[in-house]
Amino acid sequence: MTGRGPGTIIGFPHKRKLVTSIKLFLFFCLSDVSCNSVAQKIYVELNNTVPCVRLLNATHQIGCQSSISGDTGVIHVLESEADLEWPLSKGPNPPYMVLLESSLFTKSIMMKMKNASSRVAGVVVVPKTSPPEFSPHTTCPNENTGVYTETYDHNLAHCNTTVWNPRGNGLSYEEFDFPVFSLKEDNETEVIKQCYFDHNRVVNGSGLQYPLCAMQLFSHMHAVTDTATCMRRSSMDFSTSPVMVCDPLGGYNVCAFIRPYNSTAFGHKENESVVIAAARLDSKAFFLEDSTGAEGSVSGFVTLLAAAQALCEATQEAPRTRNILFAFFHGEVFDYIGSSRMVYDMKNNMFVIDLDNVHSILEIGQVAVRSGTNLFLHSDPVSRRNNTVHDEVRGSEMLLFVAHFSQPLPPSSFQRFLRARAIPGIVLADHQTDFNNRYYESFYDNAAHLNLTYPSNLSPEEQLEFVTDTAKVTQMLYGFLVRSNNSWFQAVMAPELKDILQPNPPQYYVGVAKSSHQANALTYLVQYLLANLTGTATNLTQSQCKKPDELPNESTYLYSYLWVQGMVPPNSTQRESFCVRTAVRLVKAVSPAFDLGDYVSKEYSTWTKSQWKFIKARIFLVASRDLEMLTLGVGVAVLFTSLLVTYFVSTKADVLFSSVREPNNAAY
Amino acid sequence: MTASVFFGCTFIAFGPAIALFLFTIARDPLRVIFLIAGAFFWLCSLLLSSLVWFITVQISNKESSSQQKGLLIFGVVLSVLLQETCRFGYYKLLKKANEGLLMLSAEETMPISIRQLAYVSGLGFGFMSGAFSMVNILADSVGPGTTGIHGDSQHYFLSSAFMTMAIILLHMFWGVVFFDSCEKQHWWSLAVVVISHLLVSCLTFQNPQYVGSLVPTYIIVFLVGLWAFFCSGGSLRNLKLCLTCKDKDFLLANHRPR
Repeated sequence: MTGRGPGTIIGFPHKRKLVTSIKLFLFFCLSDVSCNSVAQKIYVELNNTVPCVRLLNATHQIGCQSSISGDTGVIHVLESEADLEWPLSKGPNPPYMVLLESSLFTKSIMMKMKNASSRVAGVVVVPKTSPPEFSPHTTCPNENTGVYTETYDHNLAHCNTTVWNPRGNGLSYEEFDFPVFSLKEDNETEVIKQCYFDHNRVVNGSGLQYPLCAMQLFSHMHAVTDTATCMRRSSMDFSTSPVMVCDPLGGYNVCAFIRPYNSTAFGHKENESVVIAAARLDSKAFFLEDSTGAEGSVSGFVTLLAAAQALCEATQEAPRTRNILFAFFHGEVFDYIGSSRMVYDMKNNMFVIDLDNVHSILEIGQVAVRSGTNLFLHSDPVSRRNNTVHDEVRGSEMLLFVAHFSQPLPPSSFQRFLRARAIPGIVLADHQTDFNNRYYESFYDNAAHLNLTYPSNLSPEEQLEFVTDTAKVTQMLYGFLVRSNNSWFQAVMAPELKDILQPNPPQYYVGVAKSSHQANALTYLVQYLLANLTGTATNLTQSQCKKPDELPNESTYLYSYLWVQGMVPPNSTQRESFCVRTAVRLVKAVSPAFDLGDYVSKEYSTWTKSQWKFIKARIFLVASRDLEMLTLGVGVAVLFTSLLVTYFVSTKADVLFSSVREPNNAAY
Repeated sequence: MTASVFFGCTFIAFGPAIALFLFTIARDPLRVIFLIAGAFFWLCSLLLSSLVWFITVQISNKESSSQQKGLLIFGVVLSVLLQETCRFGYYKLLKKANEGLLMLSAEETMPISIRQLAYVSGLGFGFMSGAFSMVNILADSVGPGTTGIHGDSQHYFLSSAFMTMAIILLHMFWGVVFFDSCEKQHWWSLAVVVISHLLVSCLTFQNPQYVGSLVPTYIIVFLVGLWAFFCSGGSLRNLKLCLTCKDKDFLLANHRPR
């Protein structure tokens, strides 16, 4: 018999020793993972999974949902679209867990499975090679929260003139009532395929032999219906710590003025004229935590970062009358969270400038996938009917190609400013009409899409220094698309934040707005990078950097002071940390709908993400129903037989056990 | 696997024990107390043997599988010997408590005989041993999966349940035989009990060849059961009388005033 936990002892003389040995036993038991060896014989846990989660807005819920005790299905590896017949109609052991390769992850297959969801327990996607094109986003991104509404211009609303994302199949915006997970191609996928080939293959058309290989997925989402419902359910709990069922999406915008203003003085600034240079930070994919946004967002904000560095250096020598605000908006994919927040703040005197101070807006959109060196200028035809606006825009059409005069703006943060006021502005993009991006808002929009490849024999540091054109831009692209944990990013980062640098690229999904003052990794990277490129290094010490107001020439009203790690000099191991004085600030970017309490707002973004308890996946073998019923039958038979026999024996006990008399006692 | 496997295995493993408890022990509170005390003594033996095994495993070489296998055999043998020692200790305790019980009770005669105590204590040992063997496995049988993904046999749950049933019955029979031998000072039959316990425990090393471990175990159950039947006053004649329903005449003929 192998020993398990010790029992309780009453009156054991060496109680303290016992308690210590119990504690030791528990410590060793918990530190060794295999405490429950029976569960280890049955289940193989899958750890590298990315689930599809549920998002809600004012009117819909999108995403995937599993049942509360997980969904179990017999694994079936789909080989082609015709093979769908097996899980959907022909297969004898429903429900099935369908395993797809990325080339089969198409809208038609997913919709067929959605319609037969009683026989489909879930879908698992194994990304392999990129298909020629795939965009799970809608064809007209952010069509209801841009500037082109029915009232603004009937002909331009709902992408009537130009469909920006014609390859979009809208898969991200569908609702599935089974779980959909994505696995990375590694050892776990091999285990699954091995289990499938050993147990689940059909041999010569005959039936499958039990036990079969099955998978169980847990991704139960707590929120339902829409944002208003889940917000109402969240606040109904009157305890001191209310239980939230869903969380609003949001983050922080990164803003930097070339000539900073007093950050505590909000509202209109007299005689100040500001040009806003904007770009978007975030993007999304069907599996939210796998978001890469190489062409969709990285190309834009990396260009703006390089431009910010160049402009700051130029204006040091020759200051201009007009100020420039570099604004990196977060949450733009989800109905313009960041830019709508900034416009709202400007209109309500909660930002250092207001809309009257804004002279014009220049936005950098998707600029990486170019044929030749063509870059196009998009402007808004409706506001250009105003002559002053038209003249301003005409002045900027210098060396670039101009998109058609009557074509509306592509989806961009500039549209939210236009919704408030007719401000002149242009959007730079690499596409003349529809997007050149074949993988808009999908997980194939990565470094390979931009042909960002390195020879395979380079180490990470050598890859960082692999200069093709402009050094800083290439290094930024490497850090944002291949590996964020490199020496340059380490040098510009604060010491307490260095753990956000990972051997993979950062994640571009905006995430939920946290109540504490914590942003996600991408926001911090852009903030510290912008500080490094546009700020100045000072020789303040670390304690002075925390409290610079005590010094005569420093002011926290105008600047923020960041202590960064610095480079490692060649002959030592200690980093030369220093204090950077910069005008970069993080501005909260949460949709105004949540501040106003208007959860059915048509004006602002109302996106929330559902909460969940745990998400996991595991594979195991299932036995046939017959064997289970046989076990139950045998058990019941044993119980009845033993009851009968015991009853018989106990009633006849006097007779059965009567031969021997007790030697000393005279009782039975 | 599912609820049906859970209930099936529970009934297989604990069916006889539940039936025995319901019909013979549940009505008499004194028997219940002695049952629980017996279970407690088994738990003591488990605690001691698990402490020793745990310490030896910690100081051993975890990499060497032959050493681990040797340690397992050592642990099993030690545990069996400690269980029998605790059974002997319980017997001694009960003998000492005999006089005390006699003083406490209002009647002149003992409320419970040593033979009944033997049966009850054996069943107590069996309950606790079965619980510790089976509860962990039952808890995992509720889930949707069955064993086998790493190549184990599919019949793990079922064979564990049958083994547990055998062990519970065996503990009960051993209790009867053990106490009887101690009363009559037949030390050789005591040794046979210990050896048969060791044999059954070592037969489990045959797993996963479940046929090789279960069939001999059930043969031993049958043999030890017969022995316990004869020790506790049974005989073939009585059995024939009962089965042919001539017992009423027998009782009337042998009626004695109580």
